[in-house]
Amino acid sequence: MIVVLNKESIPIDKEQDVVLFRNRVKEYTIKIGMGVVNQTKLITAASELVRNILKYAGKGTVLIEIISSGRQNGIRLVFSDKGPGISDVPLAMKDGFSTGKSLGLGLPGARRLVNEFDIKSTVGKGTTVTILKWKNG
Amino acid sequence: MDKIPILRFGHFLLVTIQVDLYDRLALNLESDLIQMVSKTQARGVLIDISALSIVDSFMGRIIGNIAGMSKIMDAQTVVVGMQPAVAITLIELGLELKGVYTALNVEKGMSLLQSKISLPDEDLDNIE
Repeated sequence: MIVVLNKESIPIDKEQDVVLFRNRVKEYTIKIGMGVVNQTKLITAASELVRNILKYAGKGTVLIEIISSGRQNGIRLVFSDKGPGISDVPLAMKDGFSTGKSLGLGLPGARRLVNEFDIKSTVGKGTTVTILKWKNG
Repeated sequence: MDKIPILRFGHFLLVTIQVDLYDRLALNLESDLIQMVSKTQARGVLIDISALSIVDSFMGRIIGNIAGMSKIMDAQTVVVGMQPAVAITLIELGLELKGVYTALNVEKGMSLLQSKISLPDEDLDNIE
């Protein structure tokens, strides 16, 4: 069973928020004693996803949670926006696919960098991406 | 407005990125660098990213762009000082920074650049 120990919601509506948000995530990873490689993976994945919010939806929020399951601690991030949504999620998860002018690594890359990845999207309603990285995962 | 300083060092341009870049800053660096390559006729660009704890696909693309643009302006780009955790993350992310020369530190990066730009001369000598 997963227990939420701490949570904080951060609004995202401009470019500069990306750096602030990354620093905030870093503070949480340090708080639970996550190693530097896992820290970097989680923050990079978070950076990709928060960039997607700004690019496709303009604004959104990220919920940062410290979670615990048995002896494991980890960080869970929930990225939500009320943007245009993704019409074909499996296609968006493919390497190299992008409707924007980018490399198309954001979603599939982020999934490779974390332990759990979940995406829910409804066209016209918005997108929610949840990622989870265990301290030693 | 923040700006990343670009230093001129002989035939080379040196950039040390000390802060985590937000997008505008990174894009400005890209265009400033290319302008500087043209203005100073630099033959090499050395980018020190040892202070960067995160390189995501956007930043990776900027680095790739700088290398590609410099190349068609007749300058080579070397990225130095990447942290091990950043290297691990970049490969898992799927970003291999193809076409970008890398070196472990500034010193090695400098000698790599020097070898890159002196090579054609040596070739000419050999032909003669």
